[in-house]
Amino acid sequence: MENYMKLEFLSKSKNESFSRVVVAAFASQLDPTLEELSDIKTAVSEAVTNAIIHGYEYGEGLITIEASIRENEIEIIVKDSGKGIENIEEAMEPFYTSKPNLERSGMGFTVMETFMDSLVVESKKGEGTVVKMTKQIKKVSDKER
Amino acid sequence: MEIFEDSLIVKLKGELDHHAAEEIRKKIDNYYLANDLVNIILELSELTFMDSSGIGLIMGRYKITSENKGELILVCERESIKKILNMSGLLKMVKLYPRLDLAITNN
Repeated sequence: MENYMKLEFLSKSKNESFSRVVVAAFASQLDPTLEELSDIKTAVSEAVTNAIIHGYEYGEGLITIEASIRENEIEIIVKDSGKGIENIEEAMEPFYTSKPNLERSGMGFTVMETFMDSLVVESKKGEGTVVKMTKQIKKVSDKER
Repeated sequence: MEIFEDSLIVKLKGELDHHAAEEIRKKIDNYYLANDLVNIILELSELTFMDSSGIGLIMGRYKITSENKGELILVCERESIKKILNMSGLLKMVKLYPRLDLAITNN
């Protein structure tokens, strides 16, 4: 591991913005394009929003984000100790939402999958959820600038 | 927000995430219903960030305008916002124009 950071914050919706900006700032040492940076921000926002709306549906708790850099890859782990997901497969289906009355699009996991290179979700009912994502940042020489 | 004929034009700025969506949704719906409007034009070009909460907001306004026999129209030039609009499948149901004047003259 070449670099590592850990961030912990309360599951308040106003923290969505600052947490994705922190991860994007950490990722910027890989010299990503604006598009790659926007992809990372969006994926982090989806994971954090899920933790707030779903994981801590019944009360506030702590959300942890860990990010590490290895060569040109960033790994991001978003963790909550909330209520967990009963059926991960169902939750990851596009347009599936457990909260249609809140105008949730059900696209959260689909966005994470599309905008990142890999996505792994682990969850235990009553114990919480861990979302692990990685993204390769293309080297400057491979990019059209 | 402004009114043009029977359409509500909403220019969104800054970041559209779950935190921001709730208040924006209330503002739009109150204004739309209070003024007896039919269509909604959402201008997204000045958004610096949007995640799937924005998709949820757009889908909700699509539903409301459909119920009033109106149309929801999007205006956006920014690539990062267009990327998530494209992947959501929304653009199969909703028209997207690069500029507000084009959205108005074509509808």
